[in-house]
Amino acid sequence: MKYDVIMRIGVKLVLPFILLFAFYVHFHGDYGPGGGFQAGVMMAGMLILYAIVFGNDALNRVAPRSFVERCVPLGALLFASVGLIGPYFGYRYLDYAPLSTNSIHAREWGILLVELGVLITVAATMTSIYYAFTERGQS
Amino acid sequence: MSAIELHLPALQVVLPLIGAMLAALTRSGRLAWAIALVVTWVTAANAVLLVIQVMNSGVPISYVLGGWSVPIGIEYRVDQLNVFVIALVALLGAVVLPYAKRSVAHEIRPELQYGFYTMYLLCLAGLFGMAITGDAFNAFVFLEVSSLSTYVMIALGRHRRALLASYQYLIMGTIGATFYVIGIGILYLITGTLNFADIASRLPEQMDAFGRPAMVALSFLTVGICLKLALFPLHVWLPNAYAYAPSVATALLAGTATKVAIYLLLRIFFSVFGIEISFRTIPIGQVLIVLSVAAMIIAAVIAVFEENTERMLAYSSVSQIGYITLGIALANQAGLTGGLTHIINHAIMKTTMFLALGAVVYRIGTSMLPNLAGIGRKMPLTMAAFVISGLGLVGVPGTAGFITKWYLVLGALEKGAWPLVAVIVASSLIAVVYVGRVVEVAYFKSPSAELADVKDPPLSMLLPILLLAAATLYFGFDTTWSAEWCAQIATDLLGGTS
Repeated sequence: MKYDVIMRIGVKLVLPFILLFAFYVHFHGDYGPGGGFQAGVMMAGMLILYAIVFGNDALNRVAPRSFVERCVPLGALLFASVGLIGPYFGYRYLDYAPLSTNSIHAREWGILLVELGVLITVAATMTSIYYAFTERGQS
Repeated sequence: MSAIELHLPALQVVLPLIGAMLAALTRSGRLAWAIALVVTWVTAANAVLLVIQVMNSGVPISYVLGGWSVPIGIEYRVDQLNVFVIALVALLGAVVLPYAKRSVAHEIRPELQYGFYTMYLLCLAGLFGMAITGDAFNAFVFLEVSSLSTYVMIALGRHRRALLASYQYLIMGTIGATFYVIGIGILYLITGTLNFADIASRLPEQMDAFGRPAMVALSFLTVGICLKLALFPLHVWLPNAYAYAPSVATALLAGTATKVAIYLLLRIFFSVFGIEISFRTIPIGQVLIVLSVAAMIIAAVIAVFEENTERMLAYSSVSQIGYITLGIALANQAGLTGGLTHIINHAIMKTTMFLALGAVVYRIGTSMLPNLAGIGRKMPLTMAAFVISGLGLVGVPGTAGFITKWYLVLGALEKGAWPLVAVIVASSLIAVVYVGRVVEVAYFKSPSAELADVKDPPLSMLLPILLLAAATLYFGFDTTWSAEWCAQIATDLLGGTS
């Protein structure tokens, strides 16, 4: 799509807003519909749209395949490790109380952190699947 | 120490889960193996501590996740029954792992090896979760965790047919899991709760109004779980999955995956619905007995005609699972003791046999029966372990298998079901034939020229095999930790306490 000027410029314009909206959905997940999963899907959608228009080499410069594939377990690891904060401070597993003195704030922080883990894993998994399909048989 | 003791139930699941993610991050087979080794042995120690804790406390240990109290939050509930299953799975997972290093290096491409260990740990995490949780929907989530990792492990097999086997299992497993969810959904509609203990306490008062949907739920749950545990007509996914998966995966799955599904069935029958509803209101017991008998005979006969020894053992597994479900279906003290004891005995025996065949594959690259001619002389220790476990399957006195069959026969007699005794004996005799075929080829034929340099596998593979074979003999003589413990669990289950 090298000569598709409208497409290239249009996508370039849209990309930052997709990312912004993804973060909005993530951070707003505790007030309205949304959360880490939906935000992750949007973020991956942005990366995939970028790759479709500008090619896999361009995507590889932004989000290298090995980095993306490492992010898959990283997000899940974040989720599981945040849960360990509870037992460390004498609470139950997945109890976020130690994160703040106010219990509602503590829960909010805890959920935000585990949802960040979900976001990372979902975005990375979807991008990895895209990489796996498009670079099949090339390496 | 006491701080850790409090969190043992959570750590049992969290440790392998975190280990799996770390193993995936390394992207190196060697490092991933090292992580898996540490994690499996620590979780095994964790499971042993958990056993001690449950034994000392005498009442079920409850651990609420996130500090949310019971009917709302998810509860991990550890009692005699599930700690027994957890300890079995944890110890088998730990014993198999040292063996895995060379076998995996031999059977799986280097760039995929870290993935195998990730899936191994993830599968263990799922199995522990299924066994430990006191929440019906959480059990489904862990069922999926263990199943999905199992599909990947099977697909990593060395034949291309492994992919098809994995796909077949994926379809069947998904149907099973869906049935389970439908069952749980109906129960949720009836009782308004997902906690096993809570469902159990609320169900009886709803039986008058919602007796029929409760029966539908029970049927869905039974069929769904029986798909996962490969009860006879629902077993079609199992032979190919076991035959084409990497040897280590087969050994792990044969010993653990179906056993945890059996645990879930026990939980549903005895703790949730209670023996009165499960076995007296609708004839699930009779149906299970018929299917178990069919499994014991038909699967064993198929095993006799199987040329691929791994498939042969897989059919033998279907047949042996029939013993376990028969014990459950008899639903009396001796029968249930036999069924429970067979969970541990069969897990040990079948894992040994699959590990031994894995060692043969490691040395000669195939497990087809004709190629095994004379292998008994070339790999004496490996095949000796195979024969010991084989005798266990047959039920020769002095091996673990004899204990099981003794209790099953007692259970059948208690019910006055003489034909069942005949079936148990007949199935054992068929086991003589299929084990005997391997023994005949391995010992009484002279080795071909290709086998000239073959010898027993390296120590890291040999030790787990010999250890488990020794366990088969040990549990044939000392039943403190098998039959006696199971008898106690059976008493608890039949007494209606959960």
